[in-house]
Amino acid sequence: MEQYYPVKRVIDDKGFFVDAEYEKQIDEQLVKKLYSHMYRIRTFDRKAINLQRQGRLGTYAPFEGQEAAQVGSALALNDNDWVFPTYRDHGATLTFGKSMATTFLYWNGRVEGCLTPADRQIFPPAVPIATQLPHAAGAAWAEKKKGTKNAAIAYFGDGATSEGDFHEGLNFASVFKVPVVFFNQNNGYAISVPIEKQMNSKTIAQKSVAYGMPGIRLDGNDCFAVYFETKKAFNHARSGNGPTLIEAVTWRKGAHTTADDPSKYRTEERAKDFVDPLLRLELFMKNYGYWDDAWMQSIQEKTTREVEEAVEEMEKFPPPNVEDVFDHVYAEMPAQLAKQKEAYLAHVGRK
Amino acid sequence: MTQVKETHQKSETAKQMTLIQAINDAMRLMLEEDDRTVILGEDIGKNGGVFRATEGLQEAFGEDRVIDTPLSEAGIIGTSIGLAVNGFRPVAEIQFLGFIYPAYEQIMTHVSRIRMRSMSRFTVPMVIRAPYGAGIRAPEIHSDSTESLFTHMPGLKVVCPSSPYDAKGLLIAAMEDPDPVLVLEPMKNYRSKREEVPVGKYTVEIGKGKLVREGTDVTLIAWGAMVSIAEKAAEQAEKKGISCEIIDLRTLYPIDSEIIAESVKKTTRAVIIHEAHHTGGLGNDIISIINDTAFLYLRAPIERITGFDVPVPFFSLEEHYLPTPARVVEGIEKVLHF
Ligand SMILES: Cc1ncc(C[n+]2csc(CCOP(=O)(O)OP(=O)(O)O)c2C)c(N)n1
Repeated sequence: MEQYYPVKRVIDDKGFFVDAEYEKQIDEQLVKKLYSHMYRIRTFDRKAINLQRQGRLGTYAPFEGQEAAQVGSALALNDNDWVFPTYRDHGATLTFGKSMATTFLYWNGRVEGCLTPADRQIFPPAVPIATQLPHAAGAAWAEKKKGTKNAAIAYFGDGATSEGDFHEGLNFASVFKVPVVFFNQNNGYAISVPIEKQMNSKTIAQKSVAYGMPGIRLDGNDCFAVYFETKKAFNHARSGNGPTLIEAVTWRKGAHTTADDPSKYRTEERAKDFVDPLLRLELFMKNYGYWDDAWMQSIQEKTTREVEEAVEEMEKFPPPNVEDVFDHVYAEMPAQLAKQKEAYLAHVGRK
Repeated sequence: MTQVKETHQKSETAKQMTLIQAINDAMRLMLEEDDRTVILGEDIGKNGGVFRATEGLQEAFGEDRVIDTPLSEAGIIGTSIGLAVNGFRPVAEIQFLGFIYPAYEQIMTHVSRIRMRSMSRFTVPMVIRAPYGAGIRAPEIHSDSTESLFTHMPGLKVVCPSSPYDAKGLLIAAMEDPDPVLVLEPMKNYRSKREEVPVGKYTVEIGKGKLVREGTDVTLIAWGAMVSIAEKAAEQAEKKGISCEIIDLRTLYPIDSEIIAESVKKTTRAVIIHEAHHTGGLGNDIISIINDTAFLYLRAPIERITGFDVPVPFFSLEEHYLPTPARVVEGIEKVLHF
């Protein structure tokens, strides 16, 4: 099956073109945009890990190594599209417009961390595995019924393909031919379980066959491959041709979460083939004359400032409001819940 | 009330263990003793479980008996049914109770009723272990306490140990039980204390509660992580001259109505403490048991100190969801001064 689903690439590990088809479509603006977003989310990710170690954030799910997959796909979206992320896709949601401070808040156990800009349709991160795939199919279905050109993207990991919701989501999407892109980041592991123990199929892309939709396998560390292939899948969707399954082959560089210890279950043997997506883009930029030290420095400074300000904003955020425990469960609070709220507020001396 | 089948010199045969170590110990013993035992779940093999409940077991017993499964709760429970009806004794780990819902259908429609549907021709002697509960600053959905969904499921037994000793004894009893048993493990108690646990095999009878503190004025009824909340509340009440008796239910189905009735007849008042949501919570069944068995002894309506009818909040607010000793003391005073 692997031969039917070759890993698509635009550039190789050393940053040279392997697929000339895209050469003309790549310009300075795109290159710098991809780089600056990837640099930005990596800085965020490393900061979050540090904050967690200092006890300033709760458990955090890092994505280092997956920047090209998340940025490349998120930049392929239109502003009115729908995004259904997991707990590891805040790189994608940051790229699509969610703020850093809000993203930090999420990891600090604040429900406000689920809020996204009013002009972006980003679902709160799915914590139960694979449950967001049917949602994406449904939101895309609604767009189709409404006759728009909007589409949806669902992010999910390799482990997610074992859950029933994965299959149900893909099946609905293909039966009703809805404009959705199922974007898998195959990062090698579902917590401790390597892909070979997760499934007996060699690729995730081949699972598309069962659902009669295109399946694409690409190098998830090649931001161009991710960007152009996701764009194609969206064009396919927007033209009324239905869903696509994309498998972006990448690598989870660090632990599953800050509460996990990967030395228990993995050797670094496999990591040696991994080429840092950011470094790869840097090499490309140097090879083809896009690299510019002064620009890089400005990106660094801007990002450092943004991250510091976001941390400050998170830490200065008003303390959580007890009433939020009760207020958003129903549109209109049932009387018995209202009584519980009233009694509790009296207990804590708020009324 | 607890049944220790083995009686040896304490110093030789008991070891200080945390609740999670006691659980590990129970599984190790049963893997050694009974070839039919298989342990399966997500990350339980090489990783030894995200809480280390199965630490070292795959190394000791091999990948055929301690099995890392694909990420699929319905698959884990569904295949465990097949294993159980066909000669094995599966112990399935669900990583967190909040992730059991994909398997809910398998548990509700098959695990719990295969015996009935086949008139005992097929049975599913299997165990499902699931850590549950709030208060450890876990990410959202990791903190559910939805035991009522499972006590409302005829054919299934539900146990919920609060101490290392009970955890080992109940888990072994569950593994030897001819019927399916859900073992709810309070995450908050996993490492909160150590106690002497016999090294050998013993069981704690399913369906029996435990008197953890004697008192005369009011009965506190709790299980899992709420037992220590009850204990703290009892200490605070004691300073006010109130004497609390505490019952740890240990089994949530079938429930030990005798221990409840006996205690309430003595104290004449009751406060039930559970972290699960208020409406539809097990507290309601306990009130019915008291009505049925000790109604004329009651001197005050029974109080319930529970979680609210809201999803367990994100961890920055979870302390406001969970019953606290202060809320329990308020309840105690209310029943005393009725
Ligand atoms: C239904 C469900 N079961 C178990 C878990 C616990 N859990 C959280 S992440 C994870 C592994 C997910 O792996 P994968 O889908 O490959 O995504 P990745 O974390 O690698 O991005 C597991 C088992 C969960 N969140 N939801």
